[in-house]
Amino acid sequence: MTPFRVSLVGVIASVLLILIVLELVRGRRLKERYALLWLATGVVLLVLSAWRGGLNTIAGWLGVTSYPPAVLFAVATLFILLVLLHYSTVISRLTDENVDLAQRVALLEQRMRVVEGEDAGRVESPSVSSS
Amino acid sequence: MSAGRVVAVIPAYNEEGAIGKLVDEIRDCDQELDVVVLDDCSTDGTAEVAEAHGAIVLRLPFNVGIGGAVQTGFRYALEQDYERAVRLDGDGQHDPRELSKLLAPIERGEADLVIGSRFVEANGSYRPPFARRLGIRVFARLVSLLGGQNVTDTTSGFLALDRAGIELFAREYPHDYPEVEATLVALRSGLRLRQVQVEMRERETGTSSITFVRSLYYIVKVMLALLVASLRRYPRIEVAR
Repeated sequence: MTPFRVSLVGVIASVLLILIVLELVRGRRLKERYALLWLATGVVLLVLSAWRGGLNTIAGWLGVTSYPPAVLFAVATLFILLVLLHYSTVISRLTDENVDLAQRVALLEQRMRVVEGEDAGRVESPSVSSS
Repeated sequence: MSAGRVVAVIPAYNEEGAIGKLVDEIRDCDQELDVVVLDDCSTDGTAEVAEAHGAIVLRLPFNVGIGGAVQTGFRYALEQDYERAVRLDGDGQHDPRELSKLLAPIERGEADLVIGSRFVEANGSYRPPFARRLGIRVFARLVSLLGGQNVTDTTSGFLALDRAGIELFAREYPHDYPEVEATLVALRSGLRLRQVQVEMRERETGTSSITFVRSLYYIVKVMLALLVASLRRYPRIEVAR
């Protein structure tokens, strides 16, 4: 059986995590879409910490007989991996978008210089503009 | 179709020592060719030198790597409705006098992508160091296998494209260490690939972007990219023939 103090610390830690994430979202320092995975992590860890019988049962299924809280660590690690993987995809997308923007800036700047060159020519030689 | 306009796409990063001469040489070979230099946020005077020699210069606002820079050139070619494009390295390794050889199969309508290869003929003069030769061979065999067509030189970077090729690469071009993967992407998209024998020159100034430390990353990255590219679906390019 899980020691009571381990469950207590688990509950406190998960509640803290949930509160911090909610506060970050409230203060607009974290977008909702990136908060969801963190909140899911907090909720799952909270449930597994508070529901001691459940943690025992799951540990039994997984063959963890000597120390059920190990399942808590395993689940936490799994969620951290998920969050990291999610961020890797986000970074990849941002990188692609960033390069696309850089390319557009280069193309637009060149086009702008061409247009400005044409304008300058028009001002300097009034014979060109008939209007 | 008429002769059509041709653009030379040249990625350059800190090549002020070589770029001016290269632009002049291209002009000497073909008056009609428009030269576009992609300045990948150089810290030297690459852009100014290229401009002074009459090239159109596109300046990337930050360093995007050679693939991203080259793709900017293909996007320019697409926007400006060029019929054909050639790509040369900014360090002068690719000899502009070979350009007519590269363009010939495209002008005859026999290919969409022509690669200047150092190894079409067994008695070519280029003899790289052993490790490098091995790497080139391995990549060539791998691309040949996955792409279903024999390719001898996947790292050359000296190539010519028709409109279909420009359209593909403007949309789909890998960003770092792009040459090997781009060859496979072209084959899997159904471009008709040809190879012609070319000689390459030693670089005269500047240093190669591939240092020894990076070569391991290079090999692993390219291997992964080839594997993924062969599992991915690419849109078949509809070539107006």
